[in-house]
Amino acid sequence: MGEHLPILQVILPLIAAPVCLLVRHAATCWLIATLVSWFCLAIAILLLLQVLDGGAIRYQLGNWVAPWGIEYVVDRLNGFILVIVAAIGAVVAPYALRSVESELPERQIGLFYVMYLLCLAGLLGITITGDAFNVFVFLEISSLSSYALISMGRHRKALHAAYQYLVMGTIGATFFLIGVGLLYMMTGTLNMADLAEQLKPLAGSRIVHAAFGFIVVGMGLKLAVFPLHLWLPNAYAHAPSAVSVFLAGTATKVSLYVVLRFIFTVFGFEFSFVGQPLGPALLVLAVAGIVVCSLVAIYQDNVKRLLAWSSVAQIGYMLLGLSFATTLGLQAGLLHIFNHAIIKAGLFLAMGCVFLRLGSCRLDAIAGVGRQMPWTMMGFLLCGLSLIGVPPTAGFVSKWYLVLAALEKGWWPVAALIVLTSLLAVVYVWKVVEAAWFRDPPGTAGRIGEAPLVMLVPLWIAVGANLWFGLETSGNVDVAKAAAAALMGAVQ
Amino acid sequence: MNSLPPGLILIAAGLLLPFGGPRLRQGLILGAPLLALWWVWQIPDGVHLKLHLLDLAWMFPGADLKPGAFDLELVRGDRLARLFGTVFAVMAFAGGLFALPQKRTTELSAAYCYAGAALGVAFAGDIISVFIFWEIMAIGSTLVIWSAATKGARAAGLRYAAIHLLGGVILMAGIADYIVATQSIAFGGDAIQNILGFDRPGTWLILIGFLINAGAPPFSAWLPDAYPETSWSGMVFLSAFTTKTAVFVLIRGFPGMELLIWVGLYMIFYGIIYALLENDMRRILAYSIVNQVGFMVCGIGLAGSADPEFNRLALNGAASHAFTHIIYKALLLMSAGSVLYMTGKRKCTDLGGLFRTMPLTMICGTIGALSISSFPFTSGFISKSMISSSAAEQHMLWVWLALMAASAGVFLHAGIKFPWFVFFQKDSGLRPPEPPRTMRGAMVLFAFLCIFLGVWPDPLYAILPYPVSYVPYTAEHVVTMFQLLLFSGLAFFLLLPLMKRTLTISLDVDWFYRKFGTAVAREFGLQGEKLQIGVFGLVGRFLERGHSRMLRVAGPQSRMARTWQTAGMVGLILILMAVYLVLALA
Repeated sequence: MGEHLPILQVILPLIAAPVCLLVRHAATCWLIATLVSWFCLAIAILLLLQVLDGGAIRYQLGNWVAPWGIEYVVDRLNGFILVIVAAIGAVVAPYALRSVESELPERQIGLFYVMYLLCLAGLLGITITGDAFNVFVFLEISSLSSYALISMGRHRKALHAAYQYLVMGTIGATFFLIGVGLLYMMTGTLNMADLAEQLKPLAGSRIVHAAFGFIVVGMGLKLAVFPLHLWLPNAYAHAPSAVSVFLAGTATKVSLYVVLRFIFTVFGFEFSFVGQPLGPALLVLAVAGIVVCSLVAIYQDNVKRLLAWSSVAQIGYMLLGLSFATTLGLQAGLLHIFNHAIIKAGLFLAMGCVFLRLGSCRLDAIAGVGRQMPWTMMGFLLCGLSLIGVPPTAGFVSKWYLVLAALEKGWWPVAALIVLTSLLAVVYVWKVVEAAWFRDPPGTAGRIGEAPLVMLVPLWIAVGANLWFGLETSGNVDVAKAAAAALMGAVQ
Repeated sequence: MNSLPPGLILIAAGLLLPFGGPRLRQGLILGAPLLALWWVWQIPDGVHLKLHLLDLAWMFPGADLKPGAFDLELVRGDRLARLFGTVFAVMAFAGGLFALPQKRTTELSAAYCYAGAALGVAFAGDIISVFIFWEIMAIGSTLVIWSAATKGARAAGLRYAAIHLLGGVILMAGIADYIVATQSIAFGGDAIQNILGFDRPGTWLILIGFLINAGAPPFSAWLPDAYPETSWSGMVFLSAFTTKTAVFVLIRGFPGMELLIWVGLYMIFYGIIYALLENDMRRILAYSIVNQVGFMVCGIGLAGSADPEFNRLALNGAASHAFTHIIYKALLLMSAGSVLYMTGKRKCTDLGGLFRTMPLTMICGTIGALSISSFPFTSGFISKSMISSSAAEQHMLWVWLALMAASAGVFLHAGIKFPWFVFFQKDSGLRPPEPPRTMRGAMVLFAFLCIFLGVWPDPLYAILPYPVSYVPYTAEHVVTMFQLLLFSGLAFFLLLPLMKRTLTISLDVDWFYRKFGTAVAREFGLQGEKLQIGVFGLVGRFLERGHSRMLRVAGPQSRMARTWQTAGMVGLILILMAVYLVLALA
């Protein structure tokens, strides 16, 4: 059993999806999805522990030996990402019960869980596989299911948002496929480890450079790097609440993982950062993304859309860590992947609760809601503080490491920028807090109650995680450090 | 065994209060502070509760850290902690007794959490614990203000919370710098200005954070703004903890910081001038809190001389003055609270002649008034004189003169003005009975303590942070004080006829002080206004221009934020890809 954990990680949700399709009964599907999500989390944690103890796990699918067959590889980096994805899934699944019930028509609910399970399987698959083409396959599984999930949003705009995401996502995936195809053409292999070996003598090849470009830009689209982020705000804003939580916590993180995997493992540090100016390019995009998207977030009047714009800005922080091209910077970026997942999940969870009761997340609609839903909005506030980076929350830890990494490079203007842009986060978090607590509810509003417990508990698990990982940092900081060291060490 | 923070007893009691029946409530209200008081004295010197909750080692990758540098010390006993712990617990008891008739349960709950957090600060051994309890105090006190449930209280509470959250943020920033500089969270060893030096921002940020709570300029106004809006019982609690905890941390963190002398003197005169101009009896007392805390802050600043003997005298003075001030200010506010509770009025012009039907309240209020004026044989005399003596012995003539002049001013605004206008002067026609038994009991208890400590200061001197060799009752001290007080009293009553004609809403006492006072106030006011218009106008215009520019760049209608056409998005990608390919392949 233990040795088959890597395949179970993916196959479990992948098989559960068609089962749900056959069952179609809403509550049963929910139960299946929830149990599967929890199993996935348990498996991911077991895998990570195994990897931390021993070394990388290599699992040959169908016992076909590596360069010819597909293999799953779990090392510290993707073990870490697997836990993030599975944890968000495990929190979202129970939460979805009431949220989905109120937002989707009855007959779609079963399908929702099918799509959710497929998306989970796809994201876990992208993360765990050691095969470049397999990444594309799982990318398509997760993307197609997430287009469907987004289109289920209550508003008609959701359809347009899903359509735009579909077009952009498909272009991104196609670019990625073109890149992989070019690599295959040059090396004759699709296995990542093998690719890395074969590519070493080909560093000067223009075709490899083109492949690099296609892969990075293609994944950059899925990752929503500024300025390739334009699909994201609408997709997050109009998707059903549970979908916003799930995608905000996982999708972009997994894409960033793929970028890291290709930059460091497949192409190698030398090729990516020394052979071409990837560092400065990422720095420029990251800084522009942080500043512009934070400013745009300030002027949003729909809280979900505001959070979506803030997500793009936060992706900038992760890329910023990467652009330093140092172990400390990479560690900061990885930490921020983790911390931002729990922060944004918490914030979207809170907004899902509000949406359940009010049917809207517009700032004028949520006026005064803090008094009627104190637990929900207190959770939002605490996660908001974490988003800003106030100690003792998780957000502070990753911001701190980013600042340290910037100072280590001697880039104090960047360090100052990190602190200053946190103030922009203060502004947009405060806008929500002000509306929720310091404005009187609109005259039409009746009494509304607090969100149901089945939604509050996942929210407060996320809130608790934000506080826990702000105080007890040894766990995630050490894993991120080990993963960063492994990535840098593998190439230097 | 003694590892339980004494503050937790009060906080637990506060959290339990809403759930108990009336009997349990009474037991908790009276029992918890006594238990806390007993507990305070079970804590010997040294650290008794260390928590390894916080590991900040991750902040310093590669640094060589002291083991246990980031352990939270929630219980650390020493003389200063026990001194403040004692008076906080006694205060909570008397406040609880006084507030028993209070119908609103939330107020006492909040007040007990607030008092417990103040005790927590007193026994906190590291700066993070201080900060945590500091913020609990801010929340608790805001809730006490809001418990008054009036429109004014709601608005004042918001302003109060805003100032204290600002103070908390500044303090946190300072603490962050402190931790970065020292790689530890220890608090209370050497003075912070000596550890960090004057050119690190941490020193100043922490000092400002502390001083905001002390009611120092330019943030003094939060105190007389918020406190008088509380209920008749709420202000009794508020007067005791926030400012005195600030005094406590200043003694711990900034002894001998010379700047504090001048800050303290400013506060002293600010309090006097504004109290003289005031008509609301509880606002008068609120200003006099600023004034009295000014004496303590000044005393802390005076502890910077070369001779450690003088420094000890000054710090003993500041600490003992905090102790006695909590008691007599609470007593004054209890008598004012009783009047408010029985009559519902708080303006001096509406009150008067109450001595006929409220003799006990009048006597207790007068004892409080004499104490605050440091009348010999009251508690104020034995503590405040230590501060002025410290200035005298250091030969700081101007400071000493200012302190003496201020003593006369205190007598005028709080010592005579408060009891005279509330209990005597014209007959307002009000004939309220004495307040309920428990309220009287609380007042008598504190009146007794004021006299007891004044006549027999040794028990207090015995628990001060440093050994006391000071003798308050020398002929010279007593005679000086009597002269000062009698002459200012004489001035007050000689000029009474003059005042009566001009007795309007605002101010009284005598024409010299009135004219002087208004002139000063007008001067400040005018310049303040000009400055305000200038600065705010400039900032406002700047912000407006910035805002409209920002709207163009990032507003909902800007190119950045608009929903793009799909074709536009695709075009953008193609351009990006093309640029990369051209650069990479060229």
